[in-house]
Amino acid sequence: MPITPEHEIHQRRFGRNLGLGLVLASFVALVFGLTVVKVKMLDPEITAQEVVR
Amino acid sequence: MTDTSVINHDNEASFGDFVALLKPRVMSLVVFTALVGLLVAPAGVHPVIGFSAVLFIALGAGASGALNMWYDADIDRIMNRTKNRPIPAGKVTEGEAFGFGIALSGIAVVMLALATNLFAAGLLAFTIFFYAVVYTMWLKRWTPQNIVIGGAAGAFPPMIGWAAVTGGVSVESILMFALIFVWTPPHFWSLALFMKEDYSSAGVPMLTVTHGRAKTRKHILAYTILLIPVSLGLGLTSIGGPVYLAAAAAMNLWFLKGAFAILRRHEDTAAGDDYATERAFFRFSLIYLFLHFGALLVEASLRSFGLGGW
Repeated sequence: MPITPEHEIHQRRFGRNLGLGLVLASFVALVFGLTVVKVKMLDPEITAQEVVR
Repeated sequence: MTDTSVINHDNEASFGDFVALLKPRVMSLVVFTALVGLLVAPAGVHPVIGFSAVLFIALGAGASGALNMWYDADIDRIMNRTKNRPIPAGKVTEGEAFGFGIALSGIAVVMLALATNLFAAGLLAFTIFFYAVVYTMWLKRWTPQNIVIGGAAGAFPPMIGWAAVTGGVSVESILMFALIFVWTPPHFWSLALFMKEDYSSAGVPMLTVTHGRAKTRKHILAYTILLIPVSLGLGLTSIGGPVYLAAAAAMNLWFLKGAFAILRRHEDTAAGDDYATERAFFRFSLIYLFLHFGALLVEASLRSFGLGGW
């Protein structure tokens, strides 16, 4: 049997890490999207006054 | 050290094992009912906020599923249906499942509060508490009415979806809750009639075991009758309409017919045809709930064209 550096367990761990990575990336994208939507919903006049002050 | 140690990696968890901890099949029902609750609510919501709300309601439900698997690991090891779950299969440790469940619960509640409002987040927190503590820890192993009261946990999602938009409760959201709440007992007891699960050796008091199968058949009919006013009553509220009411009337008639058929069955005949009637009733119960919420969605889309409703 040849000694190969790649074992099945490495693939499974890679799958787990990839999955978690994608979940975290989508979470970041979602929070960013929510922020954009929430900021746009703010009343423009009030936010303008806040900037002046 | 003279000896070599061999580490067995066969049982190391994959990504899918952690997904399995969230009970994805239960989650699909949660997603659907929460989405309907959110869409039928008066006043619209931005799609990104609506999507986030449904996502975090589903995540909260999944987290409570993980906590349920953590606490019930001892039972799951005994019963055939559950012994391949991640913890009994040795893929995930009990501590990991507990940490996973607690962390996701916190994330889901905080994110729902930030995306929508505190009231909806509070309801979600209560739902997780109800399922993981009231149902799993207190009721499940103590009373044969476990399913009746535990059904409340599964009934909250449309109410949370509604609250995410409106910030409160109303007759409509309470009736959506009541529909799932009263539907749960006949749904699960018909399953208990044909899944001859060894609940007694696992120490779970199931109605079929504690009060007998004949009594369970009577209970199914009682709850099916109780379901009729709830289902039709929902049709008279602001989210109902003629389409919903017609669909609800037809489905209740069919459901009632099935419940009577189950009541009249003798155990020997039931065993003879491998519980065909009970299986059919169980399958229909899923359609029953799906079509009720589907009809609410139809009414909501008709209303946007100025049709439907009252």
